[in-house]
Amino acid sequence: MSDIASRVKAIIVDKLGVDENEVTAEASFTNDLGADSLDTVELIMEFEKEFDIQIPDDQAENIGTVGQAVSFIEAAK
Amino acid sequence: MKLKRVVVTGLGALTPIGNNIEEYWDGLVNGKSGAAPITHFDAAKFKTRFACEVKNFDVNDFIHRKEARKMDKFTQYAMVVADEAIVNSKLDVENVDPDRVGVIWGCGIGGIDTFEQQVVEYANGDGTPKFNPFFIPKMIADIAPGHISIKYGFRGPNFTTVSACASSANAIIDALNYIRLGHADVIVTGGSEASVTGAAMGGFNALHALSQRNDDPATASRPFDKDRDGFVMGEGGGALILEEYEHAVARGAKIYCEVAGGGLSADAHHLTAPHPEGLGATKVMQNCLQNAGLTPEDVDAINMHGTSTPLGDVAELKAVQKVFGEHAYNLNINSTKSMTGHLLGAAGAIEAIASVLAMEYGVVPPTINHAVLDENIDPKLNLTINKAQKRDVKVAMSNTFGFGGHNACVLFKKLEA
Repeated sequence: MSDIASRVKAIIVDKLGVDENEVTAEASFTNDLGADSLDTVELIMEFEKEFDIQIPDDQAENIGTVGQAVSFIEAAK
Repeated sequence: MKLKRVVVTGLGALTPIGNNIEEYWDGLVNGKSGAAPITHFDAAKFKTRFACEVKNFDVNDFIHRKEARKMDKFTQYAMVVADEAIVNSKLDVENVDPDRVGVIWGCGIGGIDTFEQQVVEYANGDGTPKFNPFFIPKMIADIAPGHISIKYGFRGPNFTTVSACASSANAIIDALNYIRLGHADVIVTGGSEASVTGAAMGGFNALHALSQRNDDPATASRPFDKDRDGFVMGEGGGALILEEYEHAVARGAKIYCEVAGGGLSADAHHLTAPHPEGLGATKVMQNCLQNAGLTPEDVDAINMHGTSTPLGDVAELKAVQKVFGEHAYNLNINSTKSMTGHLLGAAGAIEAIASVLAMEYGVVPPTINHAVLDENIDPKLNLTINKAQKRDVKVAMSNTFGFGGHNACVLFKKLEA
């Protein structure tokens, strides 16, 4: 796992209180990991903070899974 | 329309002297002080460096981490005590009509810790707002009853009352009246507060409201004592299940007592100082007696607001003597704040619980830390000094007064046979 992927995973485990092995690349924040709309906003903000990037709202809408988050961050770095 | 009768059928408490009802009562009758040096933040530079904190409490023992982190401490406390009270009431939450169950909560300040953290983070940044999406729903004072309703699906009346230190007494009175009027069969009421934070302690210090007895925290809360020098900040919560009498009887609930009435008034005098002659305090006790249909002679015990401030304690006792006349000498007067400290918006709830339990067990908890009588206080009054006293309490009064001049008073009475 890339450094980015493991840091993303750590944030998700911390914020959503889920088990590490549930956080697969395909896992959807809302459908699989129990996030509601506020949780999702918080995750995006944590990614911004952790990786020192900006994720505009219109692009944040396209980040629905763990894998999509990792890809977005890798591209933004 | 005939008002419905309202009874207490469940209790829950998380306090500086005990983390559930049993421990709380044990602390009360044994005169335990909850005061100790502050651990929640670095108070080294503060005029007051001690408080009555909740101890040995790990929220994860009660609430899943994922949910707990979306709650300020005052809401976590609310969830814990509401759970205890609901279990204690043996209410069948699966089969009760959820539209007929409300939650009316009291909180004086709300999530001040959350507010502080988020604003400090913003102030230390470059001006870019990076507020957490849970900032507002953690901070707002009404969120505690929201969380309780979401957990249990209770869809009856739901809100928070805010009247500073009278908040949860106001909540209890609102709950009483909504059930009396038929708006709900059951209301989870009470209050919680979590204000042992830098901003809260600093703010109250600036008002010269807090005791500064840093060399001996355990004796700092000394209501009615000549050397009292302010209140001691406390935190925690208390919950009471108020239930329509017939509803409680129909399900065979244990009934602690009846909520006989509530009184409300304002001092209309000063932002923080009480009226020197206890004008608003006098009115509120009179209003409460009238509302309950009781006479002063019916009352056996009063759990006072008694915060241990120089002005407040004397004014309140003057009011008691005005309302009760000669009968004042027959009363057991006490201030449980001598042990718990002042839980602000949760004070009315935990003190009402102390009154209910005094009736239940026939014991009035003491006013501890009393050494020297203030010459402004009538020595013939029974202030229940330093040791609990046995007493068959049939009617108990609980006073709470808040900054802004809000006064609230509640009367409980044993269910007539």
